[in-house]
Amino acid sequence: MIKGSFYILLFYFLGEMLSLLMNNFIPGSVLGMILLFLSLFFKVIKPENVKDVAIVITKNMAVFFVPAGVGLMVYAELFSKSLFTILIAIAISTILTIITVSLVQDNFEKRRKKGETNHG
Amino acid sequence: MGKFLETIKPYISSEVFLLMIVMGSFLLGVYIYKRTKITLLQPLLISMLIIIPFLKITGIDYQTFCNQTQILNFMLGPSVVALGYVLYEQIEYLKGNVVSILTAVFTGSVVGILSVMLIAKLMGADHILISSLAPKSVTTPIAMSLAEKNGGIPALTAAFVVICGIFGGLVGPIILRRIGIKSKIAQGLAMGSSAHALGTARAMEMGAVEGAISGLAIGIMGIMTALLIPFAERLF
Repeated sequence: MIKGSFYILLFYFLGEMLSLLMNNFIPGSVLGMILLFLSLFFKVIKPENVKDVAIVITKNMAVFFVPAGVGLMVYAELFSKSLFTILIAIAISTILTIITVSLVQDNFEKRRKKGETNHG
Repeated sequence: MGKFLETIKPYISSEVFLLMIVMGSFLLGVYIYKRTKITLLQPLLISMLIIIPFLKITGIDYQTFCNQTQILNFMLGPSVVALGYVLYEQIEYLKGNVVSILTAVFTGSVVGILSVMLIAKLMGADHILISSLAPKSVTTPIAMSLAEKNGGIPALTAAFVVICGIFGGLVGPIILRRIGIKSKIAQGLAMGSSAHALGTARAMEMGAVEGAISGLAIGIMGIMTALLIPFAERLF
């Protein structure tokens, strides 16, 4: 547990430092996630080192959003004033994302299958 | 009543009490969600619906609440970092599909970010609102830090992410059936990259492979979106 916490905080810190070097272009936590992933992938650290803590905090992640979510009370006016715009924009964009992602992946798979039958 | 409230206020605005309220309301949310199985009733949403009126009635301001529950807010950072492990766990699904998965999620990320920003702009939204909407398709902690870095309001983004997740989780399977997508990988990817954890919950119901791929998509989408938003911000 302590080892896991140490590694998570270490990668968070390294991510923050890298973010600083990049002029905060990308949030430090996201860079920390990439660094942790790469370190596991290239076997710099062992998965067992972070496993316990990583599972506990990601499984219960939603509760960490509560304070931020409650912040909506401060922006209630802006939120309700633009509700129609918000809902339309999110709905259309989400549908487009679903269609794009699935079609691109599906096309790749179909093309590869075709290639396999041609060669075989 | 007023005098009673004055007396107990130091106690109900204490760290212990407010953290307890957060955990308690969230627990109740989990219970209601599991009981009703209604996608709209997310524990986060229920917790917000309990805490906001509570703060309004007792007159505890948001700043105080925020300071006292600081520790939870801090945990958002480490939880994003920990997603790196979750991504690593699903790595076997990447094998043989690296190029297609990265291309699909990248394209989806571009389409998702640009379309939500463009539609909001055309409907007259201001810059703050547009920047808060841009990261709507990624998991909340990443979305919130992206909003903060790019001139949006993290609290608004948190709400948009939930709306997006609920909507994507509901319509995702219907759209995929409509356009005739049979590939499990394509289905899982679409669910995770459009509707993050809520999409993944639905993808799990479709099957284990779809669920795992969807989890993978959350991480990749988060990274892609983090890389793309600074560029998209310059266009608007």
